[in-house]
Amino acid sequence: MSESIDSKHWRAQIDPDGIVWLHLNVSDASANVLSSAVLAELEQQLAAPRAGPPRGLVILSDKPNGFMAGADVKEFTTFTDSTQAYTQIRRVQTMFDQIEHLPYPSVSLIHGFCLGGGLELALACTYRVAQDDPRTRIGLPEVRLGIHPGFGGSVRLPRRVGMFAAMDLMLSGRTLDARAAKKIGLVDQVAPARYLQRAARALILTPPGPRRLALRDTAATWRPIRPWVGRILRQKVSRHAPRTHYPAPYALIDLWVRDANNPQRMLDKEAASVSRLIMGPTARNLIRVFLLQERLKSLGRTSDFSPQHIHVIGAGVMGGDIAALCAMSGLRVTLQDPAPDHIGASLQRAYALFQKRLKLPRLVRAVGDNLIPDIAGNGLRQADVVIEAVFEDIAVKQKLLRDIEPQLKSQAVLASNTSSIPLDVLGAALARPERLVGLHFFNPVAKMQLVEVVDGPATDPAIARRACALVRHIDHLPLPVKNSPGFLVNRVLMPYLLEAVTLESEGVPGRVIDQAAVDFGMPMGPIELGDTVGLDICLSVADILSRRLSLTAPPRLRELCEAGHLGRKSGRGFYPYRDGKPVKPPVGKGYTPPQDLTERMILRMVNEAVACLRQGVVADADLLDAGVIFGTGFAPFRGGPIRYVQETGIAGMLETMQKLQRSYGERFAPDPGWEALLPRGPQL
Amino acid sequence: MTQPTRSFNGRTVYIIDGARTPFLKARNTPGPFSAADLAVAAGRPLLARQPFAPGALDEVILGCVMPGPDEANIARIAALRLGCGHQMPAWTVQRNCASGMQALDCAAQNIACGRSDLVLCGGVESMSHAPLLLDPKLVTWLGGWTAARGIAERLKTLGRLRPAHFKPVIGLLRGLTDPVVGLSMGQTAEILAHRFQINRAQMDAFALESHRRLASAQDQDRLEGEVETIYDPHGNRYASDDGLRRDTDAEKLARLKPVFDRPFGDVTPGNSAQITDGAAWLILAGEEAVRRYQLPRLGRIVDVAWAALDPAQMGLGPAHAMASLLTRNQLQIRDIDYWEINEAFAAQVLACLAAWQDGDYCRSALGLDGPMGEIDQARLNVDGGAISIGHPVGASGARLGLHLLRVLQRSGARRGVASLCIGGGQGGAMLVERHAEGMP
Repeated sequence: MSESIDSKHWRAQIDPDGIVWLHLNVSDASANVLSSAVLAELEQQLAAPRAGPPRGLVILSDKPNGFMAGADVKEFTTFTDSTQAYTQIRRVQTMFDQIEHLPYPSVSLIHGFCLGGGLELALACTYRVAQDDPRTRIGLPEVRLGIHPGFGGSVRLPRRVGMFAAMDLMLSGRTLDARAAKKIGLVDQVAPARYLQRAARALILTPPGPRRLALRDTAATWRPIRPWVGRILRQKVSRHAPRTHYPAPYALIDLWVRDANNPQRMLDKEAASVSRLIMGPTARNLIRVFLLQERLKSLGRTSDFSPQHIHVIGAGVMGGDIAALCAMSGLRVTLQDPAPDHIGASLQRAYALFQKRLKLPRLVRAVGDNLIPDIAGNGLRQADVVIEAVFEDIAVKQKLLRDIEPQLKSQAVLASNTSSIPLDVLGAALARPERLVGLHFFNPVAKMQLVEVVDGPATDPAIARRACALVRHIDHLPLPVKNSPGFLVNRVLMPYLLEAVTLESEGVPGRVIDQAAVDFGMPMGPIELGDTVGLDICLSVADILSRRLSLTAPPRLRELCEAGHLGRKSGRGFYPYRDGKPVKPPVGKGYTPPQDLTERMILRMVNEAVACLRQGVVADADLLDAGVIFGTGFAPFRGGPIRYVQETGIAGMLETMQKLQRSYGERFAPDPGWEALLPRGPQL
Repeated sequence: MTQPTRSFNGRTVYIIDGARTPFLKARNTPGPFSAADLAVAAGRPLLARQPFAPGALDEVILGCVMPGPDEANIARIAALRLGCGHQMPAWTVQRNCASGMQALDCAAQNIACGRSDLVLCGGVESMSHAPLLLDPKLVTWLGGWTAARGIAERLKTLGRLRPAHFKPVIGLLRGLTDPVVGLSMGQTAEILAHRFQINRAQMDAFALESHRRLASAQDQDRLEGEVETIYDPHGNRYASDDGLRRDTDAEKLARLKPVFDRPFGDVTPGNSAQITDGAAWLILAGEEAVRRYQLPRLGRIVDVAWAALDPAQMGLGPAHAMASLLTRNQLQIRDIDYWEINEAFAAQVLACLAAWQDGDYCRSALGLDGPMGEIDQARLNVDGGAISIGHPVGASGARLGLHLLRVLQRSGARRGVASLCIGGGQGGAMLVERHAEGMP
C-alpha cells in the first residue's frame, strides 16, 4: 500500500495496482451504520485529490459483524418535515450516482449483513462480492419500517436482478444468503473469506461484461405491460398488508409502474415518495417498533452469561418446543419427561422446525444431536439453566421444584414457564428461591419472539439478567415483567378475547368479529385466535385471572368447553374445522354489525394495558407497547396500545370508555391509570 | 476372597458404565439409523449420566465392519457428534465380528500401559445400510465411457454394454462370505454341525431357548439401564430389541428351509443370528480417573485372548480363544460364573460346547492334555443371544462385554467370559471380574 487517506470513519488505501481500498469502520459503534456524518465523509473521500486516476475502487468494512447495517434509523425520527428528508435523500442519491458513473470499475466486498442503505451503496458499484458464510445476509428490508428503498435501491435493484426478483425482495423485505444472492445475480462472486480480496481484485483487473436480464423481466418492464404487472403485484401485497395500513409497498409499485423506463426521474420520485412516507404515521410507528425491538435486545446484553447446557423438564408442546429452539441455537439440551411418547412427539416437531429453518441435512443433524432425550433426568445435575414446563398446577410444580432443587449445580438458573402461577408461590417450595425466575414463552415458541422474564419478589436481579441473556442467546426478545397475575401479555389479551366471546354470544357472527379485528390491524381475529389457542386453555387462564382481576368468562366459553368443542385441536370450537382451517359461515347480506364492535374489543385491551402501566407490570410505556406488539401481534403500525391512545386522543377515547361503561357496565370502567396519561390535570 | 487373577500387564482397567441401542432387525430396506446415528444415540444418554464432561475423555475407539461411504473413521464422527470436542482423538478398529471386542481390548491396553485413563469404546453396525455395489465390469465400462471421445467412439463403447453389467453386487452378502475358502458363514456352520453331529432339532431347540430367555429378560426389565430408548427424526420410538419372536415354537422353526446349503442343510434363518442394526458403548477407566471423578465401578477387564484357525471352521473360534484365556489365567470351567458366547449360529455355539467335551479335539487342536469339560447351559447366554437379540457384527463384541458385567452384577457373581467367533477363522475371548466393595 503506497498511500493512505484517513478520516474518522473511512480509511482509503491505494495499492501498487492503483486500486483504492476504501474501508469503513464507523467509530464508537459496533456496526457500520450510514449516518449523515458517515455519508458526508464518504462524499469527501470520493472527492479527495489523487495522484492519478485509480484503476478501481473497492468498498469494504472493517467491522467483523458485517458490511453495513443500513441507514441510521434513529436519524429518521429527527426529520421535521418531508422537504428536509427529501433534500437529505437527494444528496445521498447524487453521491451514489457519482459512484455508479466512476470512469473505473468499483466493487463492494460484502460479509455479514448488507442491508438497506448498505446494499443500495453496494448496488451503485459495478460489482459485488459476497462472503460464502451463513452469516452473510443481503436485503432491502425498508418496507418493514413503513418506507421503501430511497438511495436508488428501487431503481437499481430491478436493473441488476430483474423486476420479479427485485420486487419480491423489496416488497417482502426478506434477506438472502450469499449463494441465493449469487443465484439471482445480486452479487457477482461468492468466495470464502480468504479469497474475498482476491476476487475483488480479479473483477477490477479483468472486468466481466454486464449481466443480461431474463426475457420475462425485460418483457414485464415494457411500458404497456407494466400497469398489468403492477395490478398483479398490488393484489399479491394486499393479501398481507392492506393499503390503508401499509402504504409503502403500494408506493413502491406505483413508482416502478410509472417510471421504470426513466432512471433519473425514478430516482427523484423515489426520494419524494420516501420523504412523504417517512413523515406518515405508519412509518413513524414501525420505526419506533424497530427501535423498541433494539431496546428489548439490549436488555439481553446486561449480563455476559453464556449458557452451554439447558435442561427442560416436561416434553409437552411448550417444553418440547423450548428445547428445540435452544438446541437450534447450538445449546446442548436435555429434555426430560417420564413419557417416551411425549419426547417422541417433541422430537418430531423439533426436526420439522430444524428442516424448515436450516434446510441442509448436515446442519439439521448437528442441531438434532444437541437435543438429548433424558427420561431419567440426568441433565439436571449438569445444566446451566433448568426450565420447567410441566402441567400448570401449583402442587405439581411445587413438588417438582422441591425434588429437583438438591440436584442442581449451585450456579444454575432455575426457570419456570408458568403462565399464571405467581412466582412467590412456586418459590415457597425452594430452599433458595432467589435463583427462580419466570420464563414465559408463547405458543408457537419458535415464531413468537417475545419471552416474558418474570421477576419474583425473591428473585436475585443477577439471575433475572441471566435469564434475559439466555432469551437473547436463542434469538428471542426478553421483556422483564413484574410478578403479577397474567403478567403482561395474557392479561392484556384476555379482556379483548372475552369481549369478543360476549359479542359472539350476543349474536354477532364470528366472521364479522374477526374481520373487524383484522381491519383494525390484528394478525388474526379473536374468535379464531381462541380456537387456535384452545378454548380450554382460554377458559383456564380466564378463570385464574378472574380471581384477581375484574374479569368473568362468558357462559358461552364454558358451554363450548363442556361440549368438548375446544377449538382447532378438537376439530370444532366457535368454528368447525376442515383440514385445520376454520369454516366460517357466510353472513347474511342485510346484516349490519354493531357500530361499537371494534371499540368494545380494542378498548378493553387498551384499558387493561393502561392498568398494567399504572401498576408497573412493565417499567414504562415503551416496554408495554413493545410487549403487546411482540406478544399479541397488536397492529404494529399503530405503535402499541399506549401509543394508539396518545395518537387517537386520550380525552376522546376516555369519553368513549365512559359511554361504553354506561351501556355495558363496569367492565368498561376506565382504569385510574388514564389520569396519568392525560396531558393536564385529572378529568375523571 | 482370593487375590484377583492376573490383569493386563500394568494398571488395572475398570469398566465404569455402558449402554446400547435396541438392536433393530433389518427389514430389506435401509433402517431409520445410519451407523453413526446409532453410535450417537447410544452414546448420548451414556455420557449424559456421567459426572464428567464428554471432553474429559482421553480417546474414543469404535469397532465397525462396514461404515457407510460417508463414515470414514466413524469413531471420530461419533466423537464429534457426541460433543467430545475438536480435540478428541478417535479411531476405528475392524476385526470383523469381533470389532466391538477389539475396541474394548485396545482401550484396555491403552489404559493398562498408562497412555489413556478414560476411554469411550464400543462397536456399531448398520447392516441394513450395507451398500449395493456396481459390478466391476460396469465400473470398467464406465471408465471407458468417460475416456471415449467423439460420437463414433462413444457409440462403439455403448455397443459393448450388456444387461448383465447392471446386476448389483450385494455388499452384505460379500461381507459374509469368506473369500479365501469361498464359503458363506452359514456354510462354515453346516460344516461344524456335520463334524460334531449336531442335528436340526438341537439347533432349533437352542434357538427357541434364546427367544424364551430374551422374552423373559425383557418382561422382567433385566435390560433396563443397558438398552436406551432411541428416537428417529419422525419421533418414532425404539425401546427394545425387535428381532424377538415371542410367537415362535419348535414347529414353526422346523418348517423353515435351509438358506446356505440348499436343499440338504440344517442352518435356517431361524437358528442363525439376525441381520441387525445397533450400537453399544462402554466407558473404561484407570485408577486415576476413577478417583478424580469418583466413578462407580462395574468391574474390571482382566484379560483378552485371541486365537485363529481354519477359516472353514471359523465357528469354533470361541473354543480356541476361551481355552487359551483360561489356561493363561490358570482357571477351570468351574471358576467361571457366567458365559456369553455370541450366537452367530446355533450349530456353531453347540459345536464349541461339543469341542470342549471332545478329548481328541482338545488334544489335537487345542494342545490340551484332555477335554476342557462341559459348560452348564444354564450359565450361558442367560438372557438370550444373537439369535433372538440380533448380531450387528461390529457391535456384538461390546454388547457381550457390557451384558456379561450386568449379569455378574445382578447375581453377585465374580467371574465371566465373553467370547465370539470371527469370520475369516478367528476367535476372541474376554475375562471380566465384577467389582465388589473392598476390592482394590
